Amino acid sequence: MHDDLLSIEHLTASFRIGDRYYAAVDDVSLTVRKNEILAIVGESGSGKSALAFSIMGLHTRAKIEGDVRLDGQSLTRLPPSKMNKLRGRDMGMIFQDSLSALNPLMIVGSQIEEALVLHRPGLSKKERKEKTIELLTQVGIAGPELAYEKFPHELSGGMRQRIVIAIAIANEPRLLIADEPTTALDVTIQLQILDLIRKLKSDIGAGVILITHDLGVVAEMADRVAVMYAGQIVEIASLSTLLSNPQHPYTRSLLRSIPASREPKSKLYVIQGIVPSLQHLPRQGCRFRSRIPWIDESAHEEQPEMHEIAPGHFVRCTCYKHFRFPGEEEIRHGAS
Amino acid sequence: MALLEVRQLKVHFPGRGGWFESRTQPVKAVDGVGFRIEEGQTYGLVGESGSGKTTTGRAIIGLNALTSGSVTFQGQELTLGKRGGKLNFRRDIQMIFQDPYSSLNPKKRLLDIVAEPLRNFERLSPLEEKQRVRELLERVGLSPDSIYKYPHEFSGGQRQRIGIARAIALKPKLIIADEPVSALDLSVQAQVLNFLREIQEEMKLSFLLISHDLGIIRHMCDRIGIMYKGRFVEQGTTEDLFERPQHIYTKRLLSAIPVMDPAKREEQLRFREAVNSEYKEAYERYFDHDGLAYPLKPISATHEVAAPEKG
Amino acid sequence: MWRTVARRTTIMIPQIVLLSILVFLLARSMPGDALTGLIDPSIDPAAIEEQRVKLGLNNPWYEQYWDWVTNALQGDLGQSFRFKMPVTDLIGERIANTFWLSLATLVITYLIAIPLGIISGRYNDTLADRMITGYTYIGFAAPLFIFALLMLWAFGFHFGWFPTGGSVAPGMEPGSLSYIMSKLYHLLLPATSMALITTVTTVQLLRSEIIDTKHKDFVHTARAKGASESRIYNRHILRNSLLPIAAFFGYEITGLIGGTVFIESIFSYPGMGELFLSSISVRDFTVVTSLVLLYGIAAILGALLSDLILSMVDPRIRIK
Repeated sequence: MHDDLLSIEHLTASFRIGDRYYAAVDDVSLTVRKNEILAIVGESGSGKSALAFSIMGLHTRAKIEGDVRLDGQSLTRLPPSKMNKLRGRDMGMIFQDSLSALNPLMIVGSQIEEALVLHRPGLSKKERKEKTIELLTQVGIAGPELAYEKFPHELSGGMRQRIVIAIAIANEPRLLIADEPTTALDVTIQLQILDLIRKLKSDIGAGVILITHDLGVVAEMADRVAVMYAGQIVEIASLSTLLSNPQHPYTRSLLRSIPASREPKSKLYVIQGIVPSLQHLPRQGCRFRSRIPWIDESAHEEQPEMHEIAPGHFVRCTCYKHFRFPGEEEIRHGAS
Repeated sequence: MALLEVRQLKVHFPGRGGWFESRTQPVKAVDGVGFRIEEGQTYGLVGESGSGKTTTGRAIIGLNALTSGSVTFQGQELTLGKRGGKLNFRRDIQMIFQDPYSSLNPKKRLLDIVAEPLRNFERLSPLEEKQRVRELLERVGLSPDSIYKYPHEFSGGQRQRIGIARAIALKPKLIIADEPVSALDLSVQAQVLNFLREIQEEMKLSFLLISHDLGIIRHMCDRIGIMYKGRFVEQGTTEDLFERPQHIYTKRLLSAIPVMDPAKREEQLRFREAVNSEYKEAYERYFDHDGLAYPLKPISATHEVAAPEKG
Repeated sequence: MWRTVARRTTIMIPQIVLLSILVFLLARSMPGDALTGLIDPSIDPAAIEEQRVKLGLNNPWYEQYWDWVTNALQGDLGQSFRFKMPVTDLIGERIANTFWLSLATLVITYLIAIPLGIISGRYNDTLADRMITGYTYIGFAAPLFIFALLMLWAFGFHFGWFPTGGSVAPGMEPGSLSYIMSKLYHLLLPATSMALITTVTTVQLLRSEIIDTKHKDFVHTARAKGASESRIYNRHILRNSLLPIAAFFGYEITGLIGGTVFIESIFSYPGMGELFLSSISVRDFTVVTSLVLLYGIAAILGALLSDLILSMVDPRIRIK
């Protein structure tokens, strides 16, 4: 347990809609170790980004319950001033859309420098600039002096994403959260950015939470994977286990719907129904139940829990034991 | 005879001009592209942002004016009788757009959205029209009773199917689909892709599928053209390109596809490094001094690669 | 940068030319001409006709227009038939008064709008925000001239704190300190009355801009860096939210023109607006057309100014 850099216990983040609170992140527990990449996969509305924001304490109007601990220090009850000291120094975040994640009216150099101003007041102006140039070099920007003076709109998408990364790693954080860091980028640029994140992780020995909907990115990057559905984690396992021996019906369905996983021109697997919206989430019983109506009701638990079916492999609800795809005859039993 | 044949298509946009502004070179968004789409087949246009793939699709349907070149549909020259370089808009060619949120007018009911092409080309009584729209909605798997609903009442996948219903309303022969699923979640994406294949078989449709996602392209397409800076670098059957890629740019693109097997991670890493060093070393052999691809040359009956005149 | 300025300024010229043609045609379409009002009706029509030819009134409209424009450029806008003096002299006196009134109104408008907008936007849906929004609704609903009359009655007549007319107390030595103070004193009530009403648009605009901006991704980035809330507002949100306010500046000026017309009449403040309304009521057309032209030019200059401000503060518009 001492390896755990971050541990999240029963974290719930609720948002007010009308006059009720709805949990977008619902009782999530997980851990991230040093020098490890934990991928959190889910579709839109699964709560994965809300989870990332909750860990960073970025929600200004959410009700947060449960606990987030960074190296044993509880974050959820920290006063804002203490939290500000941690954010950007011990935890850095990489955002999805680099154009909107940067202030359009500030040169990128100043935006990186701001992270230094806030956490290293000892640095002189000259030292800060030197450090910023160094950071620009570190994230692979050729001609850092030139880039320093640019406004965000004057840079390409790949370059901007490097700036966003430079901001996140400016103070060598212990924890790095990357929220869909490559979604807006072309494949070759995506590869470069992923390589960069991997390299920086090793350089500074940080734990990384990688939030993504792209199973390809997961397969490239992750050490462990947590799959989220409707605000909950439904399965956690090491990458190889998750890809070779997925258990939860949702994980298995997702893996089946990737075009690359099937014969060209064959029919792709489609999950029945739609993801319920936040207000309409089933709060009782297995949340995936309505998407697999052909599975007997009795297969589900009343209060689905995470079951450790092999060391480090957790699956929510008991329905995985009885799950089969439509047309599949035999019923598989548990993990091997 | 091919259903659609595009020859030497060029779309250039004027550079910035006006008072006190120095006129700049035109932007050659599409610079001499040619391909054929056979009936009932799917042709994939692949490229990164700025490669000109979207402009090519838009030019074929007449949303961008051609600078030069010709587009022949069922043996008929669409460029003939053009005004201002614009093609005659054809009911046989329809388009599906990328973003199902912005491509449907939020103030219109489904009835009006889906019936729009019908109103342009066919004279139907309101009753007949309603009947047709109901059938179309049912065809794309939506409730026929939803004709009076508005787009915001539907999810992303459903909206994309509304877009498809509009596109197939006139029973077109060719549909140009520009990144039709890239805004959708994986599970919804699968649904839309399946559906596109279903209507293709049922209606003998041809597709021009524009995408940056090689996984989808491989799954859907018979033939593929790879674009880079407005030109083709390679063209061939899906098998040609995925099994025997020739151009260094194609190889680089393919090597960037994520591998789903973590056991092959190391292997893939080495492969990428090899491709990358080849890319650096062979760059000048594959691109001219402007960094553009050479004209295509056939290397087999189905497979063409951009290569310099000599060797 | 200078290129943008030059370009934008050049575009303005045809706008002004078009405006002057419109104003000229409008003036011509009004009944009568320069002679009908000036000349004794008992004079022989032949003599009048001779006079008309001499004055060029029978020339085609574009020649007349040309004469008018060249005269206007030399500072000759014609004679006021009411005051029997050149319009230029007449306006010259008042243009300074209106300028100072507008400037004072603008300053007070922003003095009110910026703090209220910031409080309202930053702490939206709090009690303070509700009170400020309530005020803006009242401001939208209340007609300027009724509100101004109320202010005049309350602070001018009832309490007697402010003068009820004129732009300066009589018998002051122009240029002396007491003269300037008296000018300011006369400005204060009309300017405040107008600002209290016109500011509500800006308050609302700033409020919604701040609420918009604070949900932008770059604000999350700043927060994730560890910036405190006050730093986030000062460094990131404010500058971005003030951009549209700067862009709105030109329209603010157009609004001021409309406002001063009412305010000056109500407070009997000797400015262009007061002259405008009184000239309309006695059909002193030379004055009216000249004023319309000047107002139009002011509006065009206002738009130019806000474009220039915007291109200076927003790097995305800057043209290298």
